[in-house]
Amino acid sequence: MSKTVPILIASIVGFIMIVANFSPPLLPVRQIAEDWFTIVATIAMMLGGANLCLHHLKKISDREAGWGFSTVTLLSFFITIAVGLLKVGAVPESEQQLKFAWSGPFQQEGSGFWWIYQYLFSPIVSTMFALLAFYVASAAFRAFRAKNVEAILLLLTALIVLVGQTRDREITSLFLPPPVEGALPYFPIADLTEFIRKTFVTAGQRAIMIGIALGVVATSLRILLGLDRSYLGGDE
Amino acid sequence: MTSPLLNKLNGLDRRWIFLGMALAVLSPILLQIGSDETPSPPTIKLFDQIERLPEGSRILMAMDFDPTSAAELYPMALGFTRHCCLRHHKLYFVTIWPTGKPMIESTIKAVVQADFGSGDRQYVYGVDYMNLGYLAGDAVAISQMSSDIRKARPQDARGTSLDELSIMSGVPSVKEMDLIVNVSAGFPGGKEWVQYAATPQKIPIAIGCTGVQSTQLFPYYPDQLLGLVTGIRGAIEYETMLAAKYPNPYANRNKRPAFLRGGAQRWAHRLMIGLIVLGNGIHLANRYRRTPRR
Repeated sequence: MSKTVPILIASIVGFIMIVANFSPPLLPVRQIAEDWFTIVATIAMMLGGANLCLHHLKKISDREAGWGFSTVTLLSFFITIAVGLLKVGAVPESEQQLKFAWSGPFQQEGSGFWWIYQYLFSPIVSTMFALLAFYVASAAFRAFRAKNVEAILLLLTALIVLVGQTRDREITSLFLPPPVEGALPYFPIADLTEFIRKTFVTAGQRAIMIGIALGVVATSLRILLGLDRSYLGGDE
Repeated sequence: MTSPLLNKLNGLDRRWIFLGMALAVLSPILLQIGSDETPSPPTIKLFDQIERLPEGSRILMAMDFDPTSAAELYPMALGFTRHCCLRHHKLYFVTIWPTGKPMIESTIKAVVQADFGSGDRQYVYGVDYMNLGYLAGDAVAISQMSSDIRKARPQDARGTSLDELSIMSGVPSVKEMDLIVNVSAGFPGGKEWVQYAATPQKIPIAIGCTGVQSTQLFPYYPDQLLGLVTGIRGAIEYETMLAAKYPNPYANRNKRPAFLRGGAQRWAHRLMIGLIVLGNGIHLANRYRRTPRR
């Protein structure tokens, strides 16, 4: 029963979504299913939060390696939630809102949550991303070596694309004007970059996308027909 | 055969590479050395479409990015918004990224309120532009907007009912939009807007995306995508066209953040190319040294 009901719900809703896509009169039914998706997704988000807490609390109680980081994670999690829910520093924006406690928006400029976003979250994630430049440069020097034919091809392609991404490609293309769209590329690197993108990259990407789409169709059908039950968890 | 220089390079401390990268990025920023670009066809097509649309056309600005990719995408968002305001189109901001709302607010503050918030043709909230804020549900949120915006979100980001905003009259769904401009950093983003809104509803769409994401989106161009602006290079291209068409004040360096970031990118790329060449030079020299001589 605990497995049959979720399978039935998944199958019925899945088939409704498929049929409604081709049948406009069924649009209201699809909209109801979409509303329910949002509700379920929100509950899943809460479950995710609870799971995060349990995972890190266990790490702390077992004194596993890196348990200090788990403490920081949990502290940050709870402080952010509390600041957002209690609307710390948020003030009512209109006369109508004055009547109600905690009536200002939690992301209001100047509020605690806004401060966390602007002065903690934003610099931290920007720094993490910026660090990539340093590690990629180090990896390019140490690991990007022409050891065999495949590596040489990869190396040459990377060099062409790197040059092509900045205006330096005009130096390598002898300042020749770019060709019109659809014309065959000639030697300069600016056009080789475009040639690589339009032919090899796009063709490869399309092949991947079509492959994924076919895989998704097959997997979805297996789920809708109840043949694949792995999404329910457990051993199935 | 031994070479002291080769031995030194073999054991090069990576902190020297880090220092080199820091200098390559910092110097152009501090010395204000920018980089210009020649516009490419996918960028020109978006620019021309915004120019061609009659004044007051409805444009959905979907800002699906956060501070992680803001260095690459924020200048693009500014460029697109500026251009739409110059043509006096109606703007509908939205994001399906939970961390994207402040990006919208920042764009509105820097462009709509700072540059177009006063004067004869000032932008008024609720009349010329509005902010739907964050919509939860990823692709489903886009699908909901395609069928009924009010079902997806009955209020704007300020908590005002959509029915009280004059800009929303006659706009039951995304179908009424004349163009969707999406600034996308990944999932959910450009691909989902193409699949769940633009293609089924036949709404023209253009995307501004990060450089790494461009390979995933180019298969949609030019059939399903009207235009595609990629990375800092694309943002510079857009700024170049904006500066050529509206030189006052958009030819000014202060109004061209992508141009200034392009200099840092150019020097970082030069360093990377230099490091790859140097690394392979060392590799070949090591192989030559190890080859037994007769």
